[in-house]
Amino acid sequence: MNSTNSTRVLRVLVTTVASDSHSWNLVYLQLMLEEMGHIVDNLGPCAPVDEMIARCLESRPDLVVVSSVNGHGYADGMRLISTLRSHRDLRGIPVVIGGKLGIHGTENQDHTDRLLLAGFDAVFSDGGGLRSFESFVRQLPAGAA
Amino acid sequence: MRCTVTVTEPGSAPVAAPPPSAPSVRYGAFANFISMARAAGELVVQPRMGMCDPKQMRAGLLATKLARATTVGTITLDSFTRTGDLAAVRSALRDGVDLNGYPIVTYGPERTREMLRGICEEGFPVQIRHGSPAPKDIVATLMRAGIDATEGGPVSYCLPYSRTPLRESVLNWARSAEMLSEFRGVGVEPHLETFGGCMLGQLCPPSLLVALSVLEGMFFHQHGLRSISLSYAQQTHAGQDQEALLAMHRLAGELFTDIDWHVVVYTYMGVYPNTERGALRLLGEAAELAVRGGAARLIVKTAAEAHRIPTIAENVQALEYAANVATGTERSDIIGTPPESEIYRQASDLVHAVRELHADIGVALRMAFDRGYLDVPYCLHPDNAGRARTKLTEDGRLVWSRVGAMPIKPPRSGWATTELGSAELLAALSYVARRCDEEAAQLGTLPAAERGQVE
Repeated sequence: MNSTNSTRVLRVLVTTVASDSHSWNLVYLQLMLEEMGHIVDNLGPCAPVDEMIARCLESRPDLVVVSSVNGHGYADGMRLISTLRSHRDLRGIPVVIGGKLGIHGTENQDHTDRLLLAGFDAVFSDGGGLRSFESFVRQLPAGAA
Repeated sequence: MRCTVTVTEPGSAPVAAPPPSAPSVRYGAFANFISMARAAGELVVQPRMGMCDPKQMRAGLLATKLARATTVGTITLDSFTRTGDLAAVRSALRDGVDLNGYPIVTYGPERTREMLRGICEEGFPVQIRHGSPAPKDIVATLMRAGIDATEGGPVSYCLPYSRTPLRESVLNWARSAEMLSEFRGVGVEPHLETFGGCMLGQLCPPSLLVALSVLEGMFFHQHGLRSISLSYAQQTHAGQDQEALLAMHRLAGELFTDIDWHVVVYTYMGVYPNTERGALRLLGEAAELAVRGGAARLIVKTAAEAHRIPTIAENVQALEYAANVATGTERSDIIGTPPESEIYRQASDLVHAVRELHADIGVALRMAFDRGYLDVPYCLHPDNAGRARTKLTEDGRLVWSRVGAMPIKPPRSGWATTELGSAELLAALSYVARRCDEEAAQLGTLPAAERGQVE
C-alpha cells in the first residue's frame, strides 16, 4: 500500500455489467485502487443491476467503476446507467465505465458519446484508458456523492 | 500425430468401452467421433465459435467441418442466454444488436435443427458451450435439437462466472446432468465435459485445475453420465503443463474405471499475444502439449483473439495450424506421471480430502469450498474463501504463494514470501503473451512447425 494522499480516501464500488463473466479486470482494478489508498468493494463478475443499485443505496460509494470486456458492455452499460440514474439518490455519484465495450473493436467513438449522454461521467477505452482512469480518480474529491 | 511409442495411459482405452449394461445404447456422435479419432492417432481440434445469426453459425460449422483437420463443431451461446436473461436476448434480436454467441433457447430446437440440417450427418458432432450455473433450459433445448454433447460443471460454471450460490449451482447441475443422461432412453449415450480445468483462465496452479476437473467428472458420473471429458487449460510453463496432463491421466485412470473418458486441452485462455506470430507460437505450443500429454482433443484460439471476436476464416486457420503442429509432434514415451510429481500429489490430496467430506460429491464440493479445502486464487465469488494466491517463478512456473486452508503441503523450497501487487499482477497476467511475442520477434521467421507444413 503506497497511499499518496490519505486525506482523499475514496470508497469505490468496482463492478461489471450483468452479462460479463470476466474477473481479472476487476481483480486488477481493486489492487490498483487499493494501492492508491482507496477502499474497494468488489462485486465480482456478473453482478445484476439490481444488486449493484442495492449496494449503492446501502453504502453510498464515492465512485462506481464499471469494467467490461465481453462485448456487451455498451448494451448492458446503457441499461445499467439509466437504471442507476433513475434513482434520485444516486444521481450525483460519479460513475465511469471502461474496457472492451463492443464486439467489433472499432465502433467505440459512437458508443462513448451515447454512454456519456446516458449519464456516465467518463468512458475509458481499451488501450491507453487506464492512465486517464488513474488521473480521473486522482482529481475526484472524497465524499462527492 | 505420429505414434512412435504405444502409450497406454491407465483408463484411457484407445476406443470407447461399450456403454455398460445397455446393449441397445450407442455412443452419441460426439463421444463416438472422439474415440474413433483417438484410435486413428489423430488429435481432434475444436474452435470456440458462436454466432448470433443462424446463417453465420451454419457457415461457421460448415467451415469447421470442411477444414483440413480432424474437427468437431462448436456452438457457443451468448452471454445473455448464459445468465438466463432471455428478455435481453429478445430485445437485442428485435433491435438488431449483435449478440456475442448463438441464443439457442430463444431460437429453440426446431430452428436449431434447421440450422444444423445436413451438417451433423456423416457423424460430424457439435458441442454446445455456454457457461451457465443454471443450464436446465439450455440442456433441454440442445437435447430436443438432437445435440448430444455439452460442457460445464457445478463449480466451474458458477464460481468464476456468476454470483449464483454454489449450493444452487450444484442442484441445477445435478438436475441438468440427470436430464442429459436421459438421452440413453432413446439409445444415445450423451457426453459431458467438465470446465473445471480452466478456472479463471489463468493463474490457477495446475494441481487445483486437475483436482477440480476430476471432481466435476466424478460429480457427472454420480449423476448418470458414462461418457465425460476432463479439461485442462494451458498455463505458463510447458513442462509443468505436461506434468499436469500426466497427473490428470493417472488420477482419472484410478477413479474412472468403468466409463468412457478423455482429456481436452484448452489453448491458453488468458491475455493473448498481440502479434500474429506470437499467437501462432502459443497455439503451436498448445498443440504440442496436447499430443505430448496424451490429450484426445484441443480447443484452439485464433491470432485475432487479443483484439476481437475472430472471423470464420481465422478459426479455420487456427484449426488447420494446430492440426499441422500436432501431426508433426511425437507423443511422449513417458507412461504415467514421474514418481516425484508434486502436481499429482497435490491434486490427489485435494480430491481425496474432498471425497472424505461426503459421499455425495455435490455436497462434498459445497463443504470443501465452505471450509476452504478448495480455494480458487483471485476468484471473487462470495462462496470462495479467497485466501489462496499464486505467483510465477523466474522460469515461468505457476506456483502457490498462499494456500489458505487447502490440504496442500508446502514445497521443499517453502512458500513464496511476496505477493502480487497490481503491477506484478498485470505482468503475471501478460507474461505468456509477452514471452510469445518476444520469442516470435526474435526468431524473425514463422515457427518451425509452420515452415514445415508444405503439403
